[in-house]
Amino acid sequence: MTVKQYKEVLAKPLLEENPITLQILGICSALAVTSNLSVTLVMCVALTSVVSFSNLFISIIRNYIPSSVRIIVQMTIIASLVIVVDELLKAYDYETSKKLSVFVGLIITNCIVMGRAEAFAMKEKPFISFLDGLGNGLGYSIILIAVAVVRELFGAGTLMGYEILPLVSNGGWYPANNLLLLPPSSFILIGLMIWGIRAYKTDQVEPNEYKLSGHATAPDLSKRELNV
Amino acid sequence: MFEHYLSIFITTVFIENIALSVFLGMCTFIAISKKIDAAFGLGIAVIVVCLITVPLNNLIYNTILKEGALAWAGLPQANLQFVGLISYIGVIAAAVQILEMFLDRFVPALYNALGVFLPLITVNCAILGASLFMIEKDLKFGESVVYGLGAGVGWAMAIVVLAGIREKLKYSDIPEGLQGLGVTFLIVGLMSFGFMSFGGISL
Repeated sequence: MTVKQYKEVLAKPLLEENPITLQILGICSALAVTSNLSVTLVMCVALTSVVSFSNLFISIIRNYIPSSVRIIVQMTIIASLVIVVDELLKAYDYETSKKLSVFVGLIITNCIVMGRAEAFAMKEKPFISFLDGLGNGLGYSIILIAVAVVRELFGAGTLMGYEILPLVSNGGWYPANNLLLLPPSSFILIGLMIWGIRAYKTDQVEPNEYKLSGHATAPDLSKRELNV
Repeated sequence: MFEHYLSIFITTVFIENIALSVFLGMCTFIAISKKIDAAFGLGIAVIVVCLITVPLNNLIYNTILKEGALAWAGLPQANLQFVGLISYIGVIAAAVQILEMFLDRFVPALYNALGVFLPLITVNCAILGASLFMIEKDLKFGESVVYGLGAGVGWAMAIVVLAGIREKLKYSDIPEGLQGLGVTFLIVGLMSFGFMSFGGISL
């Protein structure tokens, strides 16, 4: 393994093979925890550490896991890591832990963690698996942070709780867009983000299953000669 | 009593729909909603697994893990809540495995229909999410049965509706970059805004 390969494994999931926008993994938490940037950051750190360490540990014991019970073994490792993160969070940042409620526990079933364990860590060596986990965790974080910045800045006029755009209700000039604070708006934001990424990286565009045939469009009547 | 259970059911299916209000099970929700048949099969599987695992986890929580729950074993001070997550996921994985073997042996027709989806369900966050919400709400055993059923039905309904919309959408002229995943996100967003209108109802 060369340094170049390490770099590639780390950098690819950031944009080219982003877990959220291309692989459709780990979307659940992306939607529910993004209304506030500081909560989002905690979630990103939690997920990134779980996915990189689960990749590391699963990769270390990959040759000893019988394939028929591998899902349960992977689950056990992941669940133990999540419990550690959950307990640490409860001990040092109880407020955020309350706000994240069940979503820390749900990292266990976050598809990124399982997906990377299954697709990468079961085949590759420990160190590179760790980097792959780190890269995918960061790819997830980039999207989450981008969504959270838009939602908090334009929805509440603040970032990390500090006022950036003074709100009309506090005597400023910015009328808050409360729509962005509602959870469904993150779907729309991610949808638009996917559109943006695919407009730039055209190889990610999905082929059209049914192409409209030329005859299906209405004939251009203005050019037809009238036979009167 | 019946009214109480009915109101829990209606609340979980519509007001706190597990897919469109709490956003759980999104990965499978978006990945397996291209065809109505597949979506329907997956939906049924989720209902069955939810109905089994939520009450099971409720029993485990109330008789073993809860603070002071081990008093019957002579350990009134024990509080095993920190192993909660690992036991719930263990129960879910085991239940799915047993269900798979049971169906394979006794109901092969159903096994063939659901077979592909069952292993997927272990990692579906809707199932674990339903168990975690059940514990956060501190439900009793009877209530947890109704809650599990409601959570499954709500999720199944949402994925079938989305699959229906996506089947119709095949014939529409969508901008290239938005094709597939992008437009699905926008649709789910709009569906979810629609479901928010249930939010004001209190039962």
